[in-house]
This record gives sequence, C-alpha cells and structure tokens, in this order.
Amino acid sequence: MEEQASRLKVLTEGDVTLVELTDRKILDEVSISQIGEALSDIIAESDAVGLVLDFTSVDHMSSSALSMLITLNKRARQSNGRLVLCNISPPIYEAFTITRLNEVFKICADRSEAVAEASS
Amino acid sequence: MIDKNIPTDLTAARHLTEEVLSLADAAGYSEDDRFAIRLALEEALINAIKHGNKFDPARQVRVSADVGNEQTTITVCDDGAGFDPSAVPDPTADENLEKPSGRGIMLMRAYMDEVSYNDYGNEVRMTKRRCTGLPHLAGHN
Repeated sequence: MEEQASRLKVLTEGDVTLVELTDRKILDEVSISQIGEALSDIIAESDAVGLVLDFTSVDHMSSSALSMLITLNKRARQSNGRLVLCNISPPIYEAFTITRLNEVFKICADRSEAVAEASS
Repeated sequence: MIDKNIPTDLTAARHLTEEVLSLADAAGYSEDDRFAIRLALEEALINAIKHGNKFDPARQVRVSADVGNEQTTITVCDDGAGFDPSAVPDPTADENLEKPSGRGIMLMRAYMDEVSYNDYGNEVRMTKRRCTGLPHLAGHN
C-alpha cells in the first residue's frame, strides 16, 4: 500500500508503517507543525505496531523538528507503538548526539534494520 | 556584507538565510561549514521571531552578516524584551531529555565557534571560523 501526502510518503510493511520524509529541509514552524500533525494522525489511525521515519531525503533540520519528534515519540509510546528513525545523515545525527537525543530515540542505519526493529 | 531589517516573518527569514548561504557558497565555504551556518542562523532567526518578537508584525529583526575569507560573523537582534541565556535549562540533563524545547541555543553554541549575547538579551552574535567542520563530540557518547 502506498499513499502520497504533501510532505510524507506513507507505506505499510507488515505491521509497520513506514514514512519517508520528502522535504529536504525541515526548518520552519509551519512545515514542522504540518508534519507533526500528519504523523500524529498516522499513529492515531494506524493499527500498526511500529512507525519508521526514513530521513533519506532530509539534509537540514532545526531544533523545532527535534521537538516535534520528541512529542511524536511520546505519542507512539502512549499508543503502545514504537517509533524508529533511519537513514539520518551524519551532520543531522551530530545534532542528535549533541543533544543526547540519540539516547532517547531508536535510530537505525537503514530501512530494513528499522522495519525489523519496529516490528519486534 | 549584509546589514538589513527584515519583518517578523518566517518567509523573510528563509530568504535571508538563503542570501547568507549563497555568499558562503560563493566564498568557497565547505559543506560542513555551510550546514553549521544555516543551522545556527535558522535557530537565531526563529528565536528572534518566535520568542523575541512573539510573531508581532509591528516588530522587526535586524540582521548583519559578514562572510569573510577567514570567518563569518552574524548578528541577529530582535525588538523583544530580551532573555537571560544562562537561565535556559540544560536540555541534556537527564530530567530535561524528553522536554520538547530548549535545544536551539545548545545547537548554535555547538555548531558555531563563538556565540554571545548582549546584556539586554535581545541580540546574539555568532562567529564561524572557516573549515572547522562539524562540532567536536568529545564527552557526548
């Protein structure tokens, strides 16, 4: 199953919902709010256990995007789900490391590893 | 050299960021340096618009950017009441790790070589020396 939203490409693999973030830059409040709401809706509406966010296309992110991910991670946990991030570029991963968010999120190198992690 | 007032508007901020980044690109700054400058400038502008000017269209943001061969210095000043940067809680403290705010200033300090505020707390001045690359992560395992 595949669905094309404006900023997200949503696929399902077994009991995992896979979301590709299609914006190259996730910086401004309006975009981040729209992405956050869309992802929250996916968590609320989905029967899937795991949610994988694929950052392959993303080459810039702001601290507001990190904040959105923290809120999303909490929502996933409240729904007994599991949020896994993958394909994060080294410069963006540095931001996760500096802020210790690499300890908060499950981050995998690639999509197959992330899907396996999210469905476990 | 850029020295201008922009409206309290995220689109204007984005255009200003692209203007500074195109100067850095033309000056031959590395991809890592441009990543750092973009990140820090975006954070500073969002702070000025959101927390400083509180999205008030009657207020403005003053920006200067000097993209030199050796270093880039950027100043962002808002019309707000200022704040005390030392009073911002450490977002990497265990008790704050999952709080969804307070990381912008930390990232600015990590990616730029110097970050300082005026006494009033409404102006940030940031310097990025050329070719210093991404932040050193010692102590952040």
